[in-house]
Amino acid sequence: MRELALDLDAFEGPFDLLLTLLLSEDLEPRDVDLAGVVLAFLEVLAERDEVDLDACGEFLVLISALLELKARALFPDEAAELDALEPEEAAEELARRLAEYRRMKEAAAWLAERLVSERDRFFRLGPAPLAPQPERRLAPQDPEALGAALRLLATPPPSVSLNHMALRFPPVAQFLERFRALLSRRRRFDFDSEVHGLSRVEQAVAFLALLELRKAGEVAISQAAPFAPIRITKADVERIDTWTRRSA
Amino acid sequence: MDSTLRLIAANPVDKLARTVEALLVVASAPLTVAELAEAADDDPERVETALGLVRERFSEPRSGIVLEEVAGGYAFRASREAADACSRLFERPVERGLSPAALETLAIVAYLGPCSRPEVARIRGVAADSAVASLVERGLISEAGRESGPGGAVRYKTTPLFERVFGLESLAALPRLDDLGEDATELRTRLLEVAESRAS
Repeated sequence: MRELALDLDAFEGPFDLLLTLLLSEDLEPRDVDLAGVVLAFLEVLAERDEVDLDACGEFLVLISALLELKARALFPDEAAELDALEPEEAAEELARRLAEYRRMKEAAAWLAERLVSERDRFFRLGPAPLAPQPERRLAPQDPEALGAALRLLATPPPSVSLNHMALRFPPVAQFLERFRALLSRRRRFDFDSEVHGLSRVEQAVAFLALLELRKAGEVAISQAAPFAPIRITKADVERIDTWTRRSA
Repeated sequence: MDSTLRLIAANPVDKLARTVEALLVVASAPLTVAELAEAADDDPERVETALGLVRERFSEPRSGIVLEEVAGGYAFRASREAADACSRLFERPVERGLSPAALETLAIVAYLGPCSRPEVARIRGVAADSAVASLVERGLISEAGRESGPGGAVRYKTTPLFERVFGLESLAALPRLDDLGEDATELRTRLLEVAESRAS
């Protein structure tokens, strides 16, 4: 839900970023069309077969908070802002704002008058589908040079090396079986000595098998120091050791 | 023999003028000298001379069609003499019912554009959502990118149609608005008086 892509007038990007910008006050809540956010969410919801109640709940909470933020921002305490200024500064600021607005109001009046005076101008309106212009024109070409260029294109490309495809990963199960067999005979073993002589890929798969055994609680793994040999102990042995230490 | 003589007598710019005339008849938006020169495959200076001939031929009250320089190019329009007849047959939907709020918004975008909806709202003191939407729908303003920074607001600018509807050669033909100095001073003085009386 937080990845909800938005394309609003005042903002374009994921919902997550919108939240961040609003909370960090980089974006004015009053400028954000929250109805647009709700519509975008509903569109995403309509595309899905199932209603994700968690996402809906989270969205409701977030959009309510944003609505409250926006409602507060729509009633700014401008009087307080102006009160904080000296009388001269406040007058200057108000005069600046009013003068700016008055200028634009006069410009609008000029446009309205212009509209009346130009009322008797009729002209053709409509799309102007101009023919697309070629970006550049080709200079005259030598036919032989063109032929040579075409021959180059016709040359079969060099064969693609498939050597990397030969990288085969042995199945993890193979090492699982191997380690289990080993643990049925011995209670402890060193991982390094067991995988010695294997390729890097095989060693990696063997380590994955080791992690699987650890996840299943079949073994305990210990290492005295970084890069020291990894010691594998059968789980019940580890439990006995722990019990013995606790008893002691 | 007769045909050859006529060819020699024909003015080459006059022929170009006929081509320019044809291009302007087909076009539904103003064409610049560069566009006309490109289409006519001729020299821009000769095209300007040809435009002079066309303008002479299509001028009021001589012709029902008038050549005008508008929106940075040249276009034909109906003569003002025929305006009544035109208004009985055609509408002018672009400017019909433009509200004062829309005109103020249009003025702000024309003078300060490209500018965003929040900027318009800040100057007018009220939300500009519907005014902006109405102007976009009429084709008088259009989107012109977004403000810099993440999630920047859409910015708007006036379109060539705006210049055409208002009969402006370009945005530079808008009147200057810096003759409001006296008004601003008067406003400032009045506000200062009010502020001082409040402070006392």
